Amino acid sequence: MDNSALVLTLSSILLASTPLIIAVCGEILTERSGIVNLSLDGTMLMAAMTGFVIAFESNNVWIGFLAAALVGSFFAFIVAFGSIRLRQSQFAIGFVLTLLGDDLSAFLGQNYTRIPGPVVKHYAIPILKDIPIIGPIFFDQDPLVYFAFILVGVTSFWLFRTQPGLRLRSAGERPEAGFARGVNINLQRYLYTVIGGALVGIAGASYSLNIKIGWAEGSTRGFGWIALAIVIFGGWSPVRGMLGALLFGATKALATYLQRTYPEVSVVAFNAIPWVLMILVLLLVGSDFTERMILIAPKSIQRPLQRILRIAPPAALGSSFIED
Amino acid sequence: MRIELRDIRKYFGPVKANDGISLVFEAGQIYGLLGENGAGKSTLMKILSGYQPPDSGEITFDDQPQHFASPANALQKGIGMLYQDPLDIPAFSVKDNYLLGRDRQVILDYGVASKELLDMTAKFGFEIDLGTSIENLSLGERQQLELARLLVGGAQVLILDEPTTGISAEQKEVLFDSIRKLAYEEGKTLILVSHKLDEVQELCGQAMILHRGKLVGKTNVPCPNEKLVEMMFGQVPERSKRPDFQPGEPVLDLIDLRVPTYRLTIENINLQVREGEIFGLAGLEGSGQRLLLQACAGLLRTDHGKMMFAGEEVTGWSYHHLQAAGIGYIAAGRLEEGLLAGLTLTEHVELAQPRHSFFINWRGVAKQTETKIEQYQIVGSPDSTADELSGGNQQRLLYALLRDDLKILLLEHPTRGLDVRSTDWIWEQLYHRREDGTAILFISADLDEIIERSDRIVVFSGGVMSRILDAKDTNVDELGHLIGGQA
Amino acid sequence: MRSGQWVRWIWPAVPIVAALLVTSILLFLFGAAPFEAFQAMYEGAFGDQSKTLSVIAFWIPLLLSSTGLLITFRAGLWNIGIEGQIVMGSIAASWVALSLEAPSAVLITLEILAAMVGGALWAALAAVLKTRGGVHEIFGGLALNSIAIIFTNYLISGPWQPPEGGTFRGTAPFQAGALLPLYANSRFSPLSLVLAVIAFVLVVIALRGTFWGLKLKAIGKNLRSAFLLGVSSEREMILAMMVCGALAGLGGGVRVLSWFDSLRQSISGGIGFLALLVVMLANYNMFLVPLIAFFFSAVLNGSITLQLRTQLHSSLGGILTELMVLFVLLFGDAVKLGISREKDEDGQ
Repeated sequence: MDNSALVLTLSSILLASTPLIIAVCGEILTERSGIVNLSLDGTMLMAAMTGFVIAFESNNVWIGFLAAALVGSFFAFIVAFGSIRLRQSQFAIGFVLTLLGDDLSAFLGQNYTRIPGPVVKHYAIPILKDIPIIGPIFFDQDPLVYFAFILVGVTSFWLFRTQPGLRLRSAGERPEAGFARGVNINLQRYLYTVIGGALVGIAGASYSLNIKIGWAEGSTRGFGWIALAIVIFGGWSPVRGMLGALLFGATKALATYLQRTYPEVSVVAFNAIPWVLMILVLLLVGSDFTERMILIAPKSIQRPLQRILRIAPPAALGSSFIED
Repeated sequence: MRIELRDIRKYFGPVKANDGISLVFEAGQIYGLLGENGAGKSTLMKILSGYQPPDSGEITFDDQPQHFASPANALQKGIGMLYQDPLDIPAFSVKDNYLLGRDRQVILDYGVASKELLDMTAKFGFEIDLGTSIENLSLGERQQLELARLLVGGAQVLILDEPTTGISAEQKEVLFDSIRKLAYEEGKTLILVSHKLDEVQELCGQAMILHRGKLVGKTNVPCPNEKLVEMMFGQVPERSKRPDFQPGEPVLDLIDLRVPTYRLTIENINLQVREGEIFGLAGLEGSGQRLLLQACAGLLRTDHGKMMFAGEEVTGWSYHHLQAAGIGYIAAGRLEEGLLAGLTLTEHVELAQPRHSFFINWRGVAKQTETKIEQYQIVGSPDSTADELSGGNQQRLLYALLRDDLKILLLEHPTRGLDVRSTDWIWEQLYHRREDGTAILFISADLDEIIERSDRIVVFSGGVMSRILDAKDTNVDELGHLIGGQA
Repeated sequence: MRSGQWVRWIWPAVPIVAALLVTSILLFLFGAAPFEAFQAMYEGAFGDQSKTLSVIAFWIPLLLSSTGLLITFRAGLWNIGIEGQIVMGSIAASWVALSLEAPSAVLITLEILAAMVGGALWAALAAVLKTRGGVHEIFGGLALNSIAIIFTNYLISGPWQPPEGGTFRGTAPFQAGALLPLYANSRFSPLSLVLAVIAFVLVVIALRGTFWGLKLKAIGKNLRSAFLLGVSSEREMILAMMVCGALAGLGGGVRVLSWFDSLRQSISGGIGFLALLVVMLANYNMFLVPLIAFFFSAVLNGSITLQLRTQLHSSLGGILTELMVLFVLLFGDAVKLGISREKDEDGQ
């Protein structure tokens, strides 16, 4: 593949991975607080539809994004409320919302299918875009791409380098300890589930307003489930989640390329990669394998290795916390 | 600062955990809070440290009433509690754990954290790897970190809950030095909650003893141990005369057994139990007797030594295998580890059948259940669910579910929380079983019960098993000493 | 009846009515008259014989899957992987249909067995991942669902593609003898109804009348207590998943051999997820399951006519059923909401 085709491919992989990256960051925040938002797939569909419809009606993409974020946080709020206040299974509620989001988006969006609408304007960053190779890939993109990468940095920094991030993580790791330190556990869970939901909403809209413009029934179907998988095999870390999303985009692009070059080989198998990776990570989490592997590594890199390879889920994920 | 607790009461349903306790703590002193399990020490300290509110009564600092909204709030006002299992976050790094909840500053300042931690560790002689995660630290190190955090957080009063369980001897020395320094050089108030009489004698200036939710005594320390023991365990009547029972052949033989767990490891366990013998395991919770019982049941792994059952080696046998061979086990948590909430008595009876057909004959089982209800005097019907029964009846149900022909019966706290009538009745049943040749090992926190009911006794203290005692020849004093860790 | 009891009796209807109300509001928003819409749905479901038979034909794999889920829910498992189990059942049955030549009766018998085995093995995989690997059955199930679907697409576009070339739509139609005999000119196979009824009855008996069913109930309530009472949870969980997988696989076989005549891309039709909703709405009550499944089938099939007649998107049917489940989850339990107390003063 020659240089310009390579640049084009990489650039489009980046663009295509954007919704996933944003959704993954959002769900990481939610799960770090201890709640699993299983409604991701339905939420993204609703958000994609809402974002497009509102943008279309108001002729302004940013209002569309706002609407999508509201939809996302609303769905997420239902999951949090049902789980914390009503003590119902967060899996059950999330699951129903997934299906509901799919059908509701198809119904409410039925008059807006396959019509063109406003698009997020491309914005190439001056000077930076002229750097050979890297320039066109990273700095000649849509603003959503920049947003996604900044989001990864912000989320990562928030989680691991700030006091609010510590409080958030304590809610997902050991609520009793967080409570003893003055953290309002349920507040953390509501807050970050809603914020995470808003990000998922933005992710959905970024698909219908930036990548595949417009709405069609089921346009983002499957992305939410894949985001859930990426959160897991990215070890609940925004940076690794971003890498996972990029990996997923890359394998898809690779599959398409291979298919064109070698039509007789079926590369449908590539689609299975995120799922196989998710199972592998979960298996590793369940056993001591990674710990033992790290112990074999030279002493000097054990510490950083442990930090990078940490894949365990938040210890209190999915459980409820009842104050005395 | 002078701390006063006035008439503190806390009830959990019918249980009076704290029944009108009034205490005074002065600055610059080290206090010992003693009492057997269930005496109310933990509840009282949780109230003082802000983890839960009292039902009535008040706490004052220099005669100013105080209310704590949370443990963090209490720490702001100067009271910090170090739990036996420190409330830290295993997945966090040492510095992150230290900084959680420290202040409102948004960006974490690892420099400040390092400095403060290094200062503290130098001051008290702690040696902790500050660059690792909490889960890689030993219990003693985690304790030291919590202590440092509480002190930097402004604690003037420090409550230490069983701090020496599970830490090394060196760490204990370091801890004791720190405690003395804090009290005598810095004028802080230290409250040591412990059952180890030796340590209380060594460290404290005054001891307060709780018994069944009430304050029963205050004394200056050091003092003769007998005085402490008597206040802790109360006056115990002489053991009632009972016809001697002749036990039969050895049925359980433990040879050099070692049971390792994260918190505690018991080793050099040598024990022989004969048919029909009743063996009492005494000791305060967490001392190792439960580990022994669970190892005998096949619920815990042993990594050294042998276990012989009726002449056959059964080391490493699984719980179900041992169950089929005739070993019965009843855990202390009736609904958590024994009965199934939501299932009826009939369903329980059917589940517990040693032999069952593929299709359930509900009518037959219901009749069987009625028989058992009568036999065991359970207040309930075949259709009642297990959670609808009272505690005493739940215990009766657990007995009713045991197989008839057990060779060994392992019981954790068989009469905990039960009234006198139920207790007597249960022991009647157990005497019947021993006449049939069943050997019984039981754990109890009630020394009365241990002395009255056992043939032979061992005491666990800090993971170490005492020599074997004859129930006829021992008394509460001796047992109390052994529990306190003196041979 | 005292007021507390009265409320508790009537309360289960509240979420249902609320769902109908919200759906009606949606219809208003789109300029349709709710009554006409519901009428269109009704006629779409039962308007004539062929429509009614379609409802029944859709109902059967849904019933089979729901019946299977009764078992896994009883054991406390969240078998989201049921979609994949349906798909694998379809694939297994398709393999027999495409690879073997035999008299119709033999072929059909083998297909049915293969479908059950395929679903059971796929479920066993999720179960073992859970018991041995510590992988939660929700995530294992999701992964296996996706892998099963990807596998289907691979087969359709690859080794099993129709002679005119792979189109991702489906394989070539199966030989006539491989298909289940249909009644009249519909997609309904009487044989499949017989099998579904037998399966349902067997499961009811198993759950209420066998020791195995009791063991599952124990595991579902408290794993530790069940273990101490002598129940080996690992074996029972795997078995429960496999039985559910077998029934789901059978449903998949029915789909591919009667509703369709070949392996298609979305062969499961979302029936697995629907079955989860059915059981959730039935509040795990066995006897409500066939009724609710039938209701779901009627609503979903009727919605197609709704779309034809009123130009309204057929997803409305799905919305109605999903709102019912959501509302039941959120405020279906009067006791939990504090509207009614567990026991009234006179100890009722």
